[in-house]
Amino acid sequence: MQYSKAFSLGVQNTLVYRWNFLIRALFGLVPVGAALYLWAALYEARGSAEVGGYTFQMMVTYFIVLLVAENLVVPVEDEWQIAADIREGRLSAFLLRPVDYPTFRLMLFPSSRLVYTAVAIVPIALLIAAVWKHLVFPGELLLWVVGGVSLLLAGLLQFFISFMLATLAFWFLEISTLVFIVYSFEYFLSGRLFPLDLMPPFFRELSFWMPFQYEMYFPVAVLVGRLRGPELWQGFAMQIAWTLLAWQLSRWLWARGLRHYQASGG
Amino acid sequence: METLRKYGRIYAMFLRNSLIRDMTFKANFVLWIITEVFWFVGQLVFLEVLFLHTERIADWSKWEVVVLIGTHQIITQIFQALFYMNLTNLPELVRTGKLDTFLLLPVDSQFAVSTRQLGLDNVVTTFVGVAIVALAAFKLGLTPTPLALLLYSGAVVLGVAVHYSIMFALASLSFWIVRTQGLIYGYYSLVSLSRYPQSVYRGAFGFIFTWIIPVILVANVPARLLTRPLEAPWPGLWKLALVACLALAGSRLLWRAALRQYGSASS
Repeated sequence: MQYSKAFSLGVQNTLVYRWNFLIRALFGLVPVGAALYLWAALYEARGSAEVGGYTFQMMVTYFIVLLVAENLVVPVEDEWQIAADIREGRLSAFLLRPVDYPTFRLMLFPSSRLVYTAVAIVPIALLIAAVWKHLVFPGELLLWVVGGVSLLLAGLLQFFISFMLATLAFWFLEISTLVFIVYSFEYFLSGRLFPLDLMPPFFRELSFWMPFQYEMYFPVAVLVGRLRGPELWQGFAMQIAWTLLAWQLSRWLWARGLRHYQASGG
Repeated sequence: METLRKYGRIYAMFLRNSLIRDMTFKANFVLWIITEVFWFVGQLVFLEVLFLHTERIADWSKWEVVVLIGTHQIITQIFQALFYMNLTNLPELVRTGKLDTFLLLPVDSQFAVSTRQLGLDNVVTTFVGVAIVALAAFKLGLTPTPLALLLYSGAVVLGVAVHYSIMFALASLSFWIVRTQGLIYGYYSLVSLSRYPQSVYRGAFGFIFTWIIPVILVANVPARLLTRPLEAPWPGLWKLALVACLALAGSRLLWRAALRQYGSASS
């Protein structure tokens, strides 16, 4: 298959930037370290074992799983590369070949994530070793299976959203402002700063209906054992729905953009 | 004096160009302000959620932490208004060789590279930070003396110097490493540490980010100065002044080394 070629191409391309990755991975540890110290101080000041249903152990586990998940599923440069391909006309070369560009990008995405994780694994493993005695995981196999699948879906959802943002380059010269706006929403509403179930019920309900929590918080919460029973299945269904919707929307936007591109490109 | 006037004139020109640029892309200008404000509000919401579950973080009450986060906002926005865009552009200048033009200018190359473009949207968002700090000070019943305000402003300036040095060091990595997209990410990761009270951080982590990459002191020293009027301000200020001077000197040395690297790579 030509698309498996794309995968190995992605591996080679990203290997070139391993230093960039290592630096990034090291910096990625800093906010996690800060969060752990902040929560440690908070539990200490409170003098109780629980904050919003989380023991300190669960909180540590949450941030560690979050860190690993971030490395595995967050697209780093995909949207910029796609936008650049569109803007600089490199896309034309793809259109002449029997290659479907969105599928090609979809294959590149996991390859770059795997290389990135392979590089990042060293500093992350050191951090995990340092907090090992604090980590607590749920025992049920079911949660691991759902969590794993959900993590995969989170990756797809993130990719489709990035892809949609990139296709805006068909119409706009400058997309970075829009990308950063969406990124800020993601940052706060996907649970990177704190577990979303610490929010008051109204906001928790709101975030249940929005796509952002399914980009990160949901799989992490499942793997930490915060979601069980109906909550688990409702969330899972929502995540599948958002992923499918994002997929269809990204295909639709791509088709529209391509027509625009060919009409103006001659 | 003559040199100072020359730099003043050049800086005024940079300012004028930036103003024209921002007014040409008005929608973008407004969108950036909205994004920045959203980030700031997001942090305050996070604080609100934290304080649903606790009354204090280390020895800081809620409104004291608001002063801290507001101060962090002010420092970040002043830094971004003056230097941010230029430093994020530096790797591109190095990669494409456009840096040559800057080296030929009759001014200091580090000055030219760091100050060419100003972010005027960040001037607006700086005032959002000031307003929040003022509100928090009012809630805490603080009436800072003129001296305290002066020291606070001084500490903010030192904080901007630390931000500058860190971002400058990250951007300079591009002289040695092909791609440095991670640098913006690195900057945000590092400076986000100064949003939390200093006493939260312990052990080696606390030591590294207080003394080696001195981000923790940045917002903490001015915020503490304002919220603890009974404490002597000098120990904190001296520490901050020391790390800021060292960081700036470090950025200067790094720039020299980077230019040597650049010269040997292109010839």
